[in-house]
Amino acid sequence: MGIVTPGFEGRPRAGAPNLPPGQYLTPDFPVLSAGPTPKVPRETWEFVISTETGMEYRWSWDEMMALPQEAPTVDIHCVTRWSKLGTTWQGVSLDTLLDGIDTVADYALAHSYGGYSSNLPLGDLRDGRAWLVHTYDGGDLPAEHGGPARLLVPHLYFWKSAKWVRGIRLMSEDSPGFWETAGYHDYGDPWREQRYQGD
Amino acid sequence: MTALPYVDGNMLDGPLGEVFAVDLSTATGRCAHCGTASPVAGLRVYSHAPGLVARCPTCVEVMLRLVRAPDRAWLDLRGATFLRFPMPPERTLIR
Repeated sequence: MGIVTPGFEGRPRAGAPNLPPGQYLTPDFPVLSAGPTPKVPRETWEFVISTETGMEYRWSWDEMMALPQEAPTVDIHCVTRWSKLGTTWQGVSLDTLLDGIDTVADYALAHSYGGYSSNLPLGDLRDGRAWLVHTYDGGDLPAEHGGPARLLVPHLYFWKSAKWVRGIRLMSEDSPGFWETAGYHDYGDPWREQRYQGD
Repeated sequence: MTALPYVDGNMLDGPLGEVFAVDLSTATGRCAHCGTASPVAGLRVYSHAPGLVARCPTCVEVMLRLVRAPDRAWLDLRGATFLRFPMPPERTLIR
């Protein structure tokens, strides 16, 4: 019988409120990263949505900031087993960014400055469930947490919320991202504990 | 790019020791991106992540990833064109 490790940040607490199975509560905001932190000046930052037909829709920093802004307060759940409740963000809803984009794609691949990527169904970026965020807890999103802007998709494990996001590729076929090609789940629902492929 | 904490490849000995029968502490790996051959012990390992990510010390591209689930593991070596291990001399068969 194998030993089940609780992850490197602590141990699960049974019966904690509002927590998916196998998660523990943390007041901190741990920094996880698969590589060096990219430095992305706002002057050269851009966000690109490309469609399955090759169309591209681009926003500069100023153009993105001129869009309607939202201020979601959400719980976040990391696959390394920490959860943080009631986090406050500001940014643009993906509904706003996707509005008017002609696509019949079923899948999306978020890709980032620095080379990171993560896949998810396009439907999970719609209906007020996903944002491009630039502000955390009232201040500029720090670079170590994905600033100047990251994806926020809080109903899935937090590795889906790509830091330093640069764009989203809309695709007819699913294409696994950085962690999904190394064993992690293609969907990643924390409430169904979809951590690894096959879960 | 700014520096974030990483540790050297010596930390891979234990996790990879679960997978490989050979001692990797003296192995050499060639980066598939820039072609540099580096000691595995000299790779830059980012371990505060959902898995271990070992990057080339020259070009910082990913050479190796290891994800450990409670009952299985994934090893991705697409970023390395080879791993070279020191081996004991091959014995000649005498018939």
